[in-house]
Amino acid sequence: MAHAEGQQHPLGVYFKIWILLFVLSTMSYLVDYFHVESYLRWTLILIFMILKAGLIVAVFMHMMWERLAIVYAILLPPLAILVFVLLMTIESDYTFFTRGIFLGAGAG
Amino acid sequence: MADTTVTETAEGSPPPDGWSGVVADISSDQRAFKNVPWGKAMMWIFLLSDTFIFSCFLLSYMMVRNSTTIPWPNPSEIFALSFGGEPIPLILIAIMTFILITSSGTMALAVNYGYRRNRKVTAALLIATALLGASFVGMQAFEWTKLIVEEGVRPWSNPFGAPQFGAIFFMITGFHGTHVSIGVIFLFIIARKTWRGDFDTGKRGFFTSRKSDYEAVEIMGLYWHFVDLVWVFIFAFFYLW
Repeated sequence: MAHAEGQQHPLGVYFKIWILLFVLSTMSYLVDYFHVESYLRWTLILIFMILKAGLIVAVFMHMMWERLAIVYAILLPPLAILVFVLLMTIESDYTFFTRGIFLGAGAG
Repeated sequence: MADTTVTETAEGSPPPDGWSGVVADISSDQRAFKNVPWGKAMMWIFLLSDTFIFSCFLLSYMMVRNSTTIPWPNPSEIFALSFGGEPIPLILIAIMTFILITSSGTMALAVNYGYRRNRKVTAALLIATALLGASFVGMQAFEWTKLIVEEGVRPWSNPFGAPQFGAIFFMITGFHGTHVSIGVIFLFIIARKTWRGDFDTGKRGFFTSRKSDYEAVEIMGLYWHFVDLVWVFIFAFFYLW
């Protein structure tokens, strides 16, 4: 049984991504440091988060060099979580308003 | 793309790419994931299941925070540290983030040197990764101690605001810290095997009787990068949001 060759890439790729991850982490920390608030804050946090996660999965975990069969098998199922997020947002809004009505603001 | 050599095709020609490649791989009547050793495929599937576990934790956090009528504590102030002056917001968590990213970098290099069959550098990088991981756990222990002993945070109450804060904090960071600790132990085991030359001689594993190979380092790497990946989400949603 022949063994598939391992992932072999030039070292420079890793150093570039490493630096990028440092820069992105610093930027997401600065969002907090400079007290960016509300929608701008949430947008920036999400952008930096998605970029970092994407770089780690694509380069460090070698996903961009794998064949599409495993890429889809691993990366598509988590999309179902987005549906879960939507459902739980609706549910928690409902809980929040119910608490507001029956317990009054300020009561747990 | 050109780096990946494709093996085990019927005619010896490379299989098709794109969607027709996906169809061809899955219907190939042998192994669906070409170029992926089964150990690596299994690690990916385990990581997929772990993704769902951490997603459920973060979702429960979202739900709890979104539905409480009491203001959520401000993590920026709670995790501030002062070094003899004004408290710097969230500085401990920032340092932990950089440590974990650094360890991810050394891990990526270890995988690379492993496939170059450079035994000593690989082992050294694995040890470096393990030590960085251990220091991450140490800082987390410091953080927990500070919150429990000095601030009086409990899973059912805390002095800052919504009582659910403690439960969510201990559950999410505790589960992540457990993952890091297990990773550190495995890093030391893999580093020992690398140093001993198991991957060069193809020594058979005592448990599986499979021939040892440097792909074990890559599988270890997948787990370690995943731990870093989860921290990216915890950092964004729990600490920064």
